[in-house]
Amino acid sequence: MGVVYFTGLALLVLIGFFFGRARALAVGHTENLHSRPGYHGGFVVISVLLPVLALFALGVPFAQYVTENQALQAYDPAALDDAFKRSAVLRDIIALANGQFSGQPTEALRRAADTYASLHAWTSYLLLTGGLVFGLLGIAYGLRKLSARFRARNSVERFVKGLLFAAACVAVLTTIGIVASVLLETIRFFERVSPIDFLFGLHWSPQTAIRADQEGSSGSFGIVPLVTGTLLITFIAMFIAGPIGLFAAIYMAEYATPRFRAFAKPLLEILAGIPTVVLGFFAALTLAPLIRSLGETLGLNVASESALAAGIVMGMMIIPFVSSLSDDIINAVPQSLRDGSYGMGATKSETIKKVVLPAAFGGIVSALMLAMSRAVGETMIVVMAAGLAGNLTFNPFEAVTTFTVQIKTILVGDQEFDSAKTLSAFALGFVLFFFTLTLNVIALQVVKRYREQYD
Amino acid sequence: MTDAVLPELRASSFASDDAKARIRARYRSETRFRFYGLLAIGLTAMFLVVVLADILIRGLPAFTQHWLRLEVTVNAAEIDPKGTRDPAEIRQGDFQLLIRDALRAQFPEVTDRRGRRSLDGILSSAAADGLRKRVVADPSLVGQTLDVPLLLSDDIDLYFKGIGTRIERHPGRGILTSNGTTGDVVLHSSSNDFAPYLDAIKRALSVRARDIRREADRLRAIVSKLEARKAELDRASKIGTLSGGEYPALVSDIESLGQNIKTLDADAAALQARFDAVGSDEKLDETVPSQLVAINGGLVKITQLGNSTATGTVLLPLQSTADAAGGTWQVVSYLTPEAGRRVNDREVGWLERLKEKGLVERAFNWAFFTSGDSREPELAGIRGALVGSALTLLVTLVLCLPIGIAAAIYLEEFAPKNRLTELIEVNINNLAAVPSIVFGLLGLAVFLNFMGLPRSAPLVGGLVLALLVLPTIIIASRAALKAVPPSIKEAALGVGASHQQAIFHHVLPLAMPGVMTGTIIGMAHALGETAPLLMIGMVAFIVEPASGITDAATVLPVQIYLWSDLPEIAFQAKTAAAIIVLLVFLFVMNGTAIYLRKRFERRW
Amino acid sequence: MNTMLKMDSPAAPAEAPTLGNGIKVVARDVNVYYGEKRALFDVSLDIPERSVTALIGPSGCGKSTFLRCLNRMNDTIPIARVTGRIEIDGRDIHDPDLDVVQLRANVGMVFQKPNPFPKSIYENVAYGPRIHGFANSKADLDGVVESSLRRAGLFEEVKDRLADSGTGLSGGQQQRLCIARAIAVSPEIILMDEPCSALDPIATAKIEELMDELRQNYTIIIVTHSMQQAARVSQQTAFFHLGILVEDGPTQEIFTNPTDKRTQDYITGRFG
Repeated sequence: MGVVYFTGLALLVLIGFFFGRARALAVGHTENLHSRPGYHGGFVVISVLLPVLALFALGVPFAQYVTENQALQAYDPAALDDAFKRSAVLRDIIALANGQFSGQPTEALRRAADTYASLHAWTSYLLLTGGLVFGLLGIAYGLRKLSARFRARNSVERFVKGLLFAAACVAVLTTIGIVASVLLETIRFFERVSPIDFLFGLHWSPQTAIRADQEGSSGSFGIVPLVTGTLLITFIAMFIAGPIGLFAAIYMAEYATPRFRAFAKPLLEILAGIPTVVLGFFAALTLAPLIRSLGETLGLNVASESALAAGIVMGMMIIPFVSSLSDDIINAVPQSLRDGSYGMGATKSETIKKVVLPAAFGGIVSALMLAMSRAVGETMIVVMAAGLAGNLTFNPFEAVTTFTVQIKTILVGDQEFDSAKTLSAFALGFVLFFFTLTLNVIALQVVKRYREQYD
Repeated sequence: MTDAVLPELRASSFASDDAKARIRARYRSETRFRFYGLLAIGLTAMFLVVVLADILIRGLPAFTQHWLRLEVTVNAAEIDPKGTRDPAEIRQGDFQLLIRDALRAQFPEVTDRRGRRSLDGILSSAAADGLRKRVVADPSLVGQTLDVPLLLSDDIDLYFKGIGTRIERHPGRGILTSNGTTGDVVLHSSSNDFAPYLDAIKRALSVRARDIRREADRLRAIVSKLEARKAELDRASKIGTLSGGEYPALVSDIESLGQNIKTLDADAAALQARFDAVGSDEKLDETVPSQLVAINGGLVKITQLGNSTATGTVLLPLQSTADAAGGTWQVVSYLTPEAGRRVNDREVGWLERLKEKGLVERAFNWAFFTSGDSREPELAGIRGALVGSALTLLVTLVLCLPIGIAAAIYLEEFAPKNRLTELIEVNINNLAAVPSIVFGLLGLAVFLNFMGLPRSAPLVGGLVLALLVLPTIIIASRAALKAVPPSIKEAALGVGASHQQAIFHHVLPLAMPGVMTGTIIGMAHALGETAPLLMIGMVAFIVEPASGITDAATVLPVQIYLWSDLPEIAFQAKTAAAIIVLLVFLFVMNGTAIYLRKRFERRW
Repeated sequence: MNTMLKMDSPAAPAEAPTLGNGIKVVARDVNVYYGEKRALFDVSLDIPERSVTALIGPSGCGKSTFLRCLNRMNDTIPIARVTGRIEIDGRDIHDPDLDVVQLRANVGMVFQKPNPFPKSIYENVAYGPRIHGFANSKADLDGVVESSLRRAGLFEEVKDRLADSGTGLSGGQQQRLCIARAIAVSPEIILMDEPCSALDPIATAKIEELMDELRQNYTIIIVTHSMQQAARVSQQTAFFHLGILVEDGPTQEIFTNPTDKRTQDYITGRFG
């Protein structure tokens, strides 16, 4: 259906364009055109595209909805209200209608499949015909509007500007989509689990039993162990990336010769470009065993999925982030301040410590905040190198788990539809999103104000 | 006047020793500070080098594979009993049997069932595929004897690559005699040739004894904790509080742990005693490093070791019982105990024999690039993942390049200065910093659950990645547009072009290199992204590469993640090899971006 | 007289024969290169002590470059290279024994745009004494800060808000703060690089007044765009053009009776 529809649309568009242009050329022989013929063609194209696409965008979901409802009605009206049953039955009906059903269908199912098939065919024909009619009407309208004085270019340009605006809005739509998807599921989650238990519970084990009579069927959803785990790994990472990244940035901005920069900058960029799955592999297979055996020789009991290994590698991951942001910030400190300090006989390091860094303080703090938000939201390193069990501990040698690990663990693989466990992943996503968002908004504001201060 | 203060201070300023010392200290602190900066960059560089080297060392062996070249008789009775020479008929034939027979023919002395089974295990389960294909293509080969390369199983491959155990060979000094050529034999050396090995084994025993004692100590700590708890409960019960069901469990735990500790202590003591008895014979079992003796063309596995005499089982028959002079025989030590190895000593004997005969060859592992995923490490390849990545990136590119450029043009050229524009800009900046896994949640909730698009499909993966990299591309494109001087636009406007014409005809083409650079960097980012794709189910086990954007597929980074989780050691190398491929792609992409930036960099 | 540079080397020639009566700075054949480009050509100039010497000339003529040579600020520009000999009190400032940190403490500098550190007024002035370790106690430091601010004519205006940020002051006050900051390390020479170009006329007048007072104790070298300013504040004037020192001498003479045609053209406003 879709293929036919869009092939037809392409044809209509071509026809419209050439007719429009030919018409303009014909008129252009006798009078002076306001716009070039191509714009006239373009105008016709737009008057075809808009209605036909709108019909498709509205008509297809509507047709789908009607078809499915009718088919379900024919099968078992009760299935209409039960979301879980609905999708299961629909899968069977569609499979049967497409001739891919394996096994012996029941009479009711056969009936439903027939309804589905016939309605599907009907709505398809209806849509195709409608599209054709709309397209032809569009061409007719476009051609009627054309004349020598017609400002086709302005119309086309207004349309193009609309498209550009729509493209810019995609970012906003994405944000809305994120907020909506995590928020709706989170609300549904809070219908099952109280927000108080969620935010302040000390125990995390989302395993809900499949049957209600099994023990521990409720699961427990206290995120405190996840918060401590995430923070522990993040702090280890910041403990590494903060000083190293900052000192690297200072060296790059204040001391490095152009030749050294030409060597060190790509180095940091390469590190920044290494996918986190690769770093996770390194953390899990090389660093974690190394730390474990090192710990053993020192007589320490180190978990094989210790927070330390994940934290160290994550720290290394965000070094380039900290250093490039801080480098920018330090470079934005006006040279006149440095000159003022050198002019009084301060050494370079005194100037950096007492003048440049204090002047860049706000910017550097926000750079660290951005880096921290990145560490909190990082997934693959912790998925591969950190643990699954929600231990409430601050011991870096023990295994801890994080928000991202739990989201991944819950949502990958077979999900129970609509269970508290599945929904809890979205609630975690909600907390994660708003935590990082807050950090980012504050940090970006600080950076912006900082930039303006010295511009 | 306060003026007097100044000269007074000056007088003591630079001339004094004190002041000189202070200046020296200031310069020392300067040097130190500078050194910290260098150290930070050095540490970063070191980490990068270590990661890359680690991946290379792990991954490079996976690019080659070991094959066994055998003469295989294509027995008509097995393959084509009816004699039809019909390819369809031949395809059904048991080629596995043929190659097994060929391999067994190499070792006629192996007759026991267990031995035969482990002999069969040397070959990959798909070893016969090549032969089958060849015979099906050319039925006239039935009945002939062919020289066929057979793929070895992953463990054997690893053995030949030297991964899994360290092997040490030391030639013997004295004259070694054996009292037999097969079965159990006694080896006697004219000097104390076996003493160092005996020492090594005893040392290994003492290390194990230490480990066991440490484990026992750990259990003791647990027991004392439990006992403290028990005491607490005892006190509580005296006061009258009910202790519930915890108490009996506690008591039984303490008891069983106590038993364990006793056993462990006994084991440790026994091992320690063996270590303490210097020079006494040791029985070698599968928990200590294996010692093999290569003598007179045969191989003997030592089961009991003394300083100069050893008892052992013959793995490969000796040619004679003649005395072997010093230097003509050697002790081969496998430092990983047999229990911790995937290839046992008997198989080692066979493999060494095959290698001696020159039947084992190493070849580039083309299958790694041409086959899909598999549960068998020696068969697994990344073709499916490469195709999946390509399709996904295609969708991403098609979506986010036009949208990214359009959004950038709007924001840079047409957007009025108002609240909405500001909102969009803030939005884009924040979106660039949203954790990638959140985009995965968006994909799951909106594209899969709400819109009903197929799971695991490159279409959905591409959509999610497009949203993920869109901010990057918009930001880069805006920078590129901004870098075009306004004079260009003004010139176009001056000759009567409309605003849009000026931008699409003049500004955009000039900004294109910058846009492309940003796009390539964004695509490289998308290529390495894993987490959001896990969310939308691109973790399925997929053998056949996807043929369209709605088929189930996986991508390279996800394949890496999946393989890294598998227990087989051979998959570690495969994972690292897949990482190498991924990194090569990324370096090429980023290199192209840097080249473009350099090539088209313009000073206005 | 303590006009001697208090430098660490006791071997410093206290009464060097090259020093005439009260000549503080001697520059001989100074050349400056920025990468390939030559910015100064064989400049030789004597600067008398406890007076104001003005360096004038059209923009890009090298006067600021020359000024920055005197406390080796050109060292902070990686591509800059300086040749020739500059002596202060008879000591070569490029002498490896002479530390640039000490040199700059002795040769203070005030920049074109006021550049107070983004710290409190007090901290701005206390910065120099602190890094050089001049003040041993809080009381000492307070004394230095107060006297420096007084000498810069700023103390009465800011005495109640020493803890406020230095960047919150007006432009003229900021520039006087920078002068106070320079005075706080007790230099003997103060270099001023167009100190009034970013200020309004009233603030400029105050700074000029201040210069006149300061020359009782300090040797001041000022780069200025404004010939009126040079005429008002300086006793000596040197005219630079295209990197060459065209003419120098008492201000009165230069402005009334220049020997060189270019000088005459410049001060009469034919170019510049």
